[in-house]
Amino acid sequence: MRELRIHGRGGQGSVTAAELIAVAAFEGGVYAQAFPAFGVERRGAPVQAFVRFSDKKIRLRSQVYEPDYVIVQDSTLIGDVNVFSGMKPGAVAIVNTERPLTRQVPSEITLITLDATGIALEVLGLPITNTTLMGAFAAATGEITTSALEDAIRARFSGDLATKNIEAARRAESLVKGVA
Amino acid sequence: MMEITEGSHAVAHAVKLCRPQVIAAYPITPQTHIVEALAGMAADGEIDCEYITVESEFSALSACLGASAAGSRVYSATTSQGLALMFEVCFNVAGLRLPVVMTIANRALGAPLSIWNDQQDSISLRDSGWLQFYAEDNQEAADLHYLAYRVAEDHRVLLPAFVCFDGFVLSHTYEPVNVASQEEIDRFLPPFQPPQRLDSKDPISMGMYATPEYYMEFRYETDAAMHRANAVIQEAGMAFDEIFGRNYCGLTESYRLDDAETVFIAMGSICGTVKDAIDQMRDEGEKVGLLRIRCFRPFPLEEVRAALRNAAVVAVLDRNISLGSRGAVVLEVRDALYGSGVKVLGYIIGLGGRDVTKADIRKVAQLAKSGEGDLFYGLRREVL
Repeated sequence: MRELRIHGRGGQGSVTAAELIAVAAFEGGVYAQAFPAFGVERRGAPVQAFVRFSDKKIRLRSQVYEPDYVIVQDSTLIGDVNVFSGMKPGAVAIVNTERPLTRQVPSEITLITLDATGIALEVLGLPITNTTLMGAFAAATGEITTSALEDAIRARFSGDLATKNIEAARRAESLVKGVA
Repeated sequence: MMEITEGSHAVAHAVKLCRPQVIAAYPITPQTHIVEALAGMAADGEIDCEYITVESEFSALSACLGASAAGSRVYSATTSQGLALMFEVCFNVAGLRLPVVMTIANRALGAPLSIWNDQQDSISLRDSGWLQFYAEDNQEAADLHYLAYRVAEDHRVLLPAFVCFDGFVLSHTYEPVNVASQEEIDRFLPPFQPPQRLDSKDPISMGMYATPEYYMEFRYETDAAMHRANAVIQEAGMAFDEIFGRNYCGLTESYRLDDAETVFIAMGSICGTVKDAIDQMRDEGEKVGLLRIRCFRPFPLEEVRAALRNAAVVAVLDRNISLGSRGAVVLEVRDALYGSGVKVLGYIIGLGGRDVTKADIRKVAQLAKSGEGDLFYGLRREVL
């Protein structure tokens, strides 16, 4: 079983990201489970969402403490929240940031940084980075395929919004593939 | 067909397939997604029912009471403070022997305010005369609605039913669920045939005044119906298994219990985590197992007694507490095992959304083996 933990702030679409990643993974033929951990219910408050992937039915209901993957939607969380907590050696962290991380990052993990806010602003016209980071997640981990991800986005959003979100995901995907 | 969907939507879809004729509900976190989905289906004409918008939970269940008395299949959903507001009506629905089915997205009760999961809400209605089912996962949460209607409306029972599933932990979780077809559910669940109903052309009175010469007999009859439900649930479970191949034949589920010396007892989604912890401990040679209570009312006294016959120690996980006493489940289990010599220890755990991990379950097993119990597990002493 592999586990993903998403860190974000209320309003950034972390819960939606977890759900769409689970939908895409399930479409790819594995069992998947996505669930949120809400703090106080308001915009801007730190939020976590989790996804599990497994070849067998998933029974475990606790939160994710030793993730294989971490997505950080907002690098200003780093410091307030220990976003890298419990990451296993070789685990992958995808962090949305404009500049290199100055805070301490565990040395044994793979860190991928990208300016997801920049991509989202350019493509969507909004600083909502979840679909961009989902594209980065697909490229960095191979847990979900691009086509399954695009299907999941299309099933959630309609028309132009779906097209733009897919474009944002694709941009991040090719960026990360270029890096990897 | 397997689909990946949110727990609340799996439940809403299951409710739709039960063909309710009247739905009255008031939104409250974490139950809201269920009634939001059903209101949408009603507005889009996907479901042929009267959806009554009400101003409170008290009104929601009052509307359900009236509609059920008039002979309709009715549905509502709530949680926590919303259920607390229904308290009076809950007792009336049961006393009137109306087979209302209501989903409870289990949540802690205030004060202090908590939107997070435990099972205090439905447990606090323990004595109200509603059947109480608890789901481990979203498949079961959906399936238990079909089962609940069939059992509740059976003329040997005629009692209302809660289908309880853990708020957020299940209600907001996306996971694969085998979605039934309308044709399958129609085969399993016949239309509601009320034995009597309110009808202006043939008027009757229901729920009249009961003087001391009659009241106790009403209570006796209602209790007898609750006990008869035990066999009806098993019967319905077998019929369900024949159509769907999913087994709800007992009121409990045994997991790796045969030679188990330390046995956990729990209800709801925590049981998935307990099962994973049991597998780990079994790999290390520990003889541990789980008896999951799927139906808390009626309480499966005989099933529990038979299943725990050979246990050395029983660790009961309660996500509720009767303040000044103990958890509701441990009291039942002690009653079931009275005189057997089996040691029963209670653990209050996971209140108000406190997460429960496999490591916690392993620690409880150690505590139980060393005879330490009847305590709050995992208290943060530094904030006391």
